Amino acid sequence: MAGNNPNAKPMNLTLRVWRQRSRQSDGQLVDYQVKDISPEMSFLEMLDVLNENLLHKGEEPVAFDHDCREGICGSCNLFINGRAHGPEPGTTTCQLHMRKFSDGDTIVIEPWRAAAFPVNKDLSVDRSAFDRIIQAGGYVSVNTGGVPDANEIPIPKNIADRAFDAATCIGCGACVAACKNASAMLFVSAKVSQLALLPQGQVERKTRVENMVAQMDKEGFGACSNIGSCAAECPVGISLENIAILNREFLNAKATSNNLA
Amino acid sequence: MSWLSKALSSSIGRKIIMAVTGLFLCSFLVIHLVGNLQLFKNDGGAAFNIYSHFMGTNPVIRTIEWVLVAGFVFHIYESIMLTSRNKTARGAQGYAVNHNEQNSPWQSRNMGLLGTIILIFLLVHLYNFFYRARFGELDPDINNNDDLYTLVVSSFQQWWYVVLYVLAQAALAFHLIHGFKSAFQTLGLTHRKYTPFITYFGYAFSIIVCAGFAAMPLYFFFKQF
Repeated sequence: MAGNNPNAKPMNLTLRVWRQRSRQSDGQLVDYQVKDISPEMSFLEMLDVLNENLLHKGEEPVAFDHDCREGICGSCNLFINGRAHGPEPGTTTCQLHMRKFSDGDTIVIEPWRAAAFPVNKDLSVDRSAFDRIIQAGGYVSVNTGGVPDANEIPIPKNIADRAFDAATCIGCGACVAACKNASAMLFVSAKVSQLALLPQGQVERKTRVENMVAQMDKEGFGACSNIGSCAAECPVGISLENIAILNREFLNAKATSNNLA
Repeated sequence: MSWLSKALSSSIGRKIIMAVTGLFLCSFLVIHLVGNLQLFKNDGGAAFNIYSHFMGTNPVIRTIEWVLVAGFVFHIYESIMLTSRNKTARGAQGYAVNHNEQNSPWQSRNMGLLGTIILIFLLVHLYNFFYRARFGELDPDINNNDDLYTLVVSSFQQWWYVVLYVLAQAALAFHLIHGFKSAFQTLGLTHRKYTPFITYFGYAFSIIVCAGFAAMPLYFFFKQF
């Protein structure tokens, strides 16, 4: 089936997929053939076809993470043909369509690689290190109560826009996957600069950056060397400027916070 | 550990030391280049030898020299610490296919390689000129200063020396193209008004400084024919 587009020709592809039974076991790349793939399918739908075939044959389907399939949740993390989320800039894997590939292609599909992102199974990785970094300070503490009035705290439009740009980070981990140093600084910096820009973030501003960077180091992520792979591969276009803001916030916090530890 | 040593041994702290020492070493390059431009003065090396005598004996310069040594030591030490940390972070299992040439410049990914080339050059360079000027026996020139000029000229008349120097300057240029603007990014000194200027200035700085250094061996090599 080639979908509704009469010009879309179905494709036959070779998939070279990373298979690994468990976190402890060794893995390897295994070749699979998929036939009659519609160019209108998303990459994940193509993997669904592969898994249907494997199930029919009585084989173990390929485990991969996915949830919303509309580019918001940040779950569908695949390293495709040597690029995080595949060759298309500014897209998650679920938004990558098979029309970006050609009939007869061999597609290499690997999980995110980083010491802090252990592989659970096949293409599914454990990204809970990100959750622990957020728990270390990526929030604003507020007392519960009535919903505050929307315009109670005035925020200039340009500041709101910059904070929103940083807030678009979906925590997918493509920055870590693409980085030569497996550094999580683009992720951490997006949250730090988002909250540092806004008035609500001021109370915990210094402890936030100190704690989040400490947790980031503890999780075993690398140190940024300003290569720029992260921003180039980021599906939502988080800018490298955020890392400069993170460095600035860290320097300021370490120099002036009351925390002696 | 005190708060300061903790801060400086964190991932960002080590980067900050890299950036500060890197920019300090850039300032050294400027002084070194400007001073050595006296090699081009057509006076048989008199001015250059007066300058090298001053640099080798003035107590202020001799004190600053130790700061310079510290700059190199910290820059190299932190680079080793960061590289080993980053290699561990990357994990034991690498990618089978990784096209990072499509998302980042070559020199940015190979700062360690470029730095190693520069370090090897630096050791040869120090042995040949610094060590012999400070601890060796050089003949006196017309002003009774040690004649370092003649040693420089005779060294630069050997083709393999010229090749080593020019290659090292090319490596330094690529190292600086990434390093100069990267230092400002690491120190958080970015601003949409000034960052474009810093980037262009970094390019110009890298190329002009390294071309200036490379011109010296090339000048004396081709002058002999």
